[in-house]
Amino acid sequence: MTIELNFTINEKKITLKTEPNRRLLDILRQELNLTGTKEGCAIGECGACTVVMNGKAVNSCLVLAPQINGAEILTVEGLEKDQRLHFLQENFLKHGAVQCGFCTPGMLMSAYALLSKNPNPTEAEVKEAIAGNLCRCTGYKQIIDAILETEGDIK
Amino acid sequence: MSSRKIIKSKYFFEEDFVESLAEVPVEKTEAWASGAELKVVGKPTQRKDGYDKVSGSAQYTFDISLPKMAFAKTLRSPHPHARILNIDVSKAKKLPGVLEIITHQNTPKIPWYFGMSFLFDTTLRFEGDEVACVAAESEHIAEQALQLIRVEYEELPFTIEAGQAMSEAAPKIHDTNILRGRPDTYERGDIEKGFAEADVVLEETFTTQTAVHNTTEPHCSVVNWDGDRLTVWDSTQGIFSVRDGIADSLGIPASHVRVIKKYMGGGFGSKLAAGKYTVMAALLAKKIGRPVKIALDRKEMNLAVGNRPDSVQKLKIGAKKDGTLTAMVHESYGASGAYPSGAACSWPFRTIYQCPNLNTIDYSVYINAGPGRPMRAPGHVQGTFGMDSIIDDMAEKIGMDPLEFRLKNYAEIDQVGNAPYTSKRLHECYQQGAAAIGWYQKRRPAGSSPGKIKKGIGMASQIWWGGGGPPAYATLKLNRDGSATVIAGTQDLGTGTYTFIAQVAAEVLEIPLDNINVILGDTGVAPYGPSSGGSTTAPSISPAVRDAAEQMKTKLISGAAAILEVPERELSYRNAVISAITDSEKKLGISDVVRQMRERVLVTTGLRNANPEGYTINSFGAQFAEVEVDIDTGKIRLLKVVAAHDVGRILNPLTSDNQFHGGIIQGIGFALMEERIMDPMTGKTLTTNLHNYKVPTVMDTPTEIEVIIVSDSDPLISNTGVKGIGEPAHIPTAAAIANAVYNAIGVRMKSLPMTPDKILHALFG
Ligand code: FES
Ligand code: FES
Repeated sequence: MTIELNFTINEKKITLKTEPNRRLLDILRQELNLTGTKEGCAIGECGACTVVMNGKAVNSCLVLAPQINGAEILTVEGLEKDQRLHFLQENFLKHGAVQCGFCTPGMLMSAYALLSKNPNPTEAEVKEAIAGNLCRCTGYKQIIDAILETEGDIK
Repeated sequence: MSSRKIIKSKYFFEEDFVESLAEVPVEKTEAWASGAELKVVGKPTQRKDGYDKVSGSAQYTFDISLPKMAFAKTLRSPHPHARILNIDVSKAKKLPGVLEIITHQNTPKIPWYFGMSFLFDTTLRFEGDEVACVAAESEHIAEQALQLIRVEYEELPFTIEAGQAMSEAAPKIHDTNILRGRPDTYERGDIEKGFAEADVVLEETFTTQTAVHNTTEPHCSVVNWDGDRLTVWDSTQGIFSVRDGIADSLGIPASHVRVIKKYMGGGFGSKLAAGKYTVMAALLAKKIGRPVKIALDRKEMNLAVGNRPDSVQKLKIGAKKDGTLTAMVHESYGASGAYPSGAACSWPFRTIYQCPNLNTIDYSVYINAGPGRPMRAPGHVQGTFGMDSIIDDMAEKIGMDPLEFRLKNYAEIDQVGNAPYTSKRLHECYQQGAAAIGWYQKRRPAGSSPGKIKKGIGMASQIWWGGGGPPAYATLKLNRDGSATVIAGTQDLGTGTYTFIAQVAAEVLEIPLDNINVILGDTGVAPYGPSSGGSTTAPSISPAVRDAAEQMKTKLISGAAAILEVPERELSYRNAVISAITDSEKKLGISDVVRQMRERVLVTTGLRNANPEGYTINSFGAQFAEVEVDIDTGKIRLLKVVAAHDVGRILNPLTSDNQFHGGIIQGIGFALMEERIMDPMTGKTLTTNLHNYKVPTVMDTPTEIEVIIVSDSDPLISNTGVKGIGEPAHIPTAAAIANAVYNAIGVRMKSLPMTPDKILHALFG
């Protein structure tokens, strides 16, 4: 059985036929070749697969295909505009918030979701926003600093 | 070209000394002096791989997709110890989309685990041991096929605890359950005399848990055959070791195997060698004539691809009233898992404190669990916890400040090798670390903190190898526009290798960082580079890069001399311009030199120099932790960690800070939460996902981490004066936290991880 889905990814409208038991993560990585979004655990524990869906950070490994019908989705590939990195991305580089980088796309999307709702978050709010994103290499300080510096209207 | 020779090279890599013959330059380029004014090296530099990683364009092995690629999944033993009586794959083969299934029945007997087993063995020695591998059109179909394979097992008695496995009655996993049939031992002086001289003798047992690397990117490979040539993309810390492992396993020439690794999501020691999964994928790919991707899931990663062995450490130390250590004894055992892997943990105990009479005995024991692999400073993390705990106890017993006690027993030379250190600035680590944490102002007697939330501070020392050594090469290609490419057979685990290589080349040739491209992680194009482990990458590779760049400079000057008709010694090189000292009108940019030489690319290959003879190379450090312990809940909260280290020259403070923070946070995980838990009744592992196996999140991190580097360079080691930092960052954290907890609650925690239940039990029984 296949279903037809209509949704927006990184401001592009998409129509796609797929099986209903596909995860959003599979659709992104396998059907749309958006491999920036990573898979680290498949059960919602690591946050490597985080994308922004309808303004909220979600674990794309826990979202099933039918749930994305009509949704607006932003992935890490959608942050860069006109061949310029988003300043959230630039701040990650400036603060050294990246090491192996496998957690980075998920971190960026959790941060983006936070900042689009709350342009001036406190450190506690930043921590809460990325509490579901595991980083095994870098430590978290540099990531917090990068997010805190990206205050203001991020869109 | 500078002249070269072959020497005997020996340096410490992960678990032991590696010895090899190595080609080295006859003369070592003079090291940059301590305090030398460098323009690029040592300056915070954004990573070369930064754009790729924040834009999402970075391709990890996990992301590689080839046309017609099939997917493989592995059937693993559900039992801790069993024999395969029969395998029936007929049903699985009929599942639409299944392409091929391999088992011991249809594959050659490929030796594995140092010849103690095979790729597919009929005796399975741990839950997770490989039974069969399926290739299918999708991962999902491969997974379904696994469930259709019928295996008849004869279950065998098992043992999953090292102490029990050592007993006569325990089920045997190999001829003997003790690795090599005997312990590792070391002794010096006269232990009995030492204890007789002591005024105070302490004896205590400490235990540490099995921990699992749990890198964020799974272990994975993509393999593709072109005729009889194999290309392997692998998430690996050692492209050459993987290449040779695969070539040997498949019985094909190493030249037919090309291993590529560009970006990877962490290794920490678990990705140093060729994996069974890679070889299985290669066999399947050959049979079906299509590329194959194989990626382990979290459960497989927690069962089958390495762990840090646990430890039981019985320690006994004696000291005089004035604080002089007179005798030290370490006796330990730890679980290697089902195949050889060192569980010894006495290295730091042997060397870091001055003590003339000392014995160590370490048993590594086979149990029915996944084999260990080096995990961020093998032996040192667990050993430092036991050692620095009992050292703290001794200081208290004789009424000395723990820091003073350590200074009193400061070892000026390497007591095991009986040699001086190339540099040892642990003194400064102690002093600067203590000042940063407020040691003398804040520290109160153990357990004297009032109220329900008790505060304490503690510290621990660090020693590690991390000097690296030859052989290691780097090739530099200079283009006629003055831009350059450096190619090295090392790999960047995320630690910043791409970046420091460009920095070193930019420093020497005085060309913009942006104009330097770095290619790593490809056995098809790169000269040999060692595996990235043991904190040796920067110490081994950076001098080779500098050597290549210095040779290039010499070549350019030589070219300019011929063109300008000025003797080489009368030319100077500044800002990539070569000019005559006596006549500033006579000058050439390096790009002009290359053009006029009519070569499109100038090439040099640099080498890592020999390590100095008669010296021991170690890195040192001290970490200080400030904690709060809630005695109602048993929860420990980290307030501050100070890490003060002697690691030679820092090439890039931005990336080195990353490594320190990451190492400390992994140390917090080991101290407080990470633990593989096995069920004694079934012999199965219960912690097979990231929900049960806890790794620290941002909520578990201290409010503040301060990193202090006391060293500027170790010019005796190499022309860059670098020691590694990956492992030093992680070694003393857990021990420092344990000592801080003791200072807070006045009760000694002798077992890691210090979970709330253990704290409450220790406090209230
Ligand atoms: S892969 Fe989705 S949370 Fe880990
Ligand atoms: S940078 Fe490696 S997991 Fe975060």
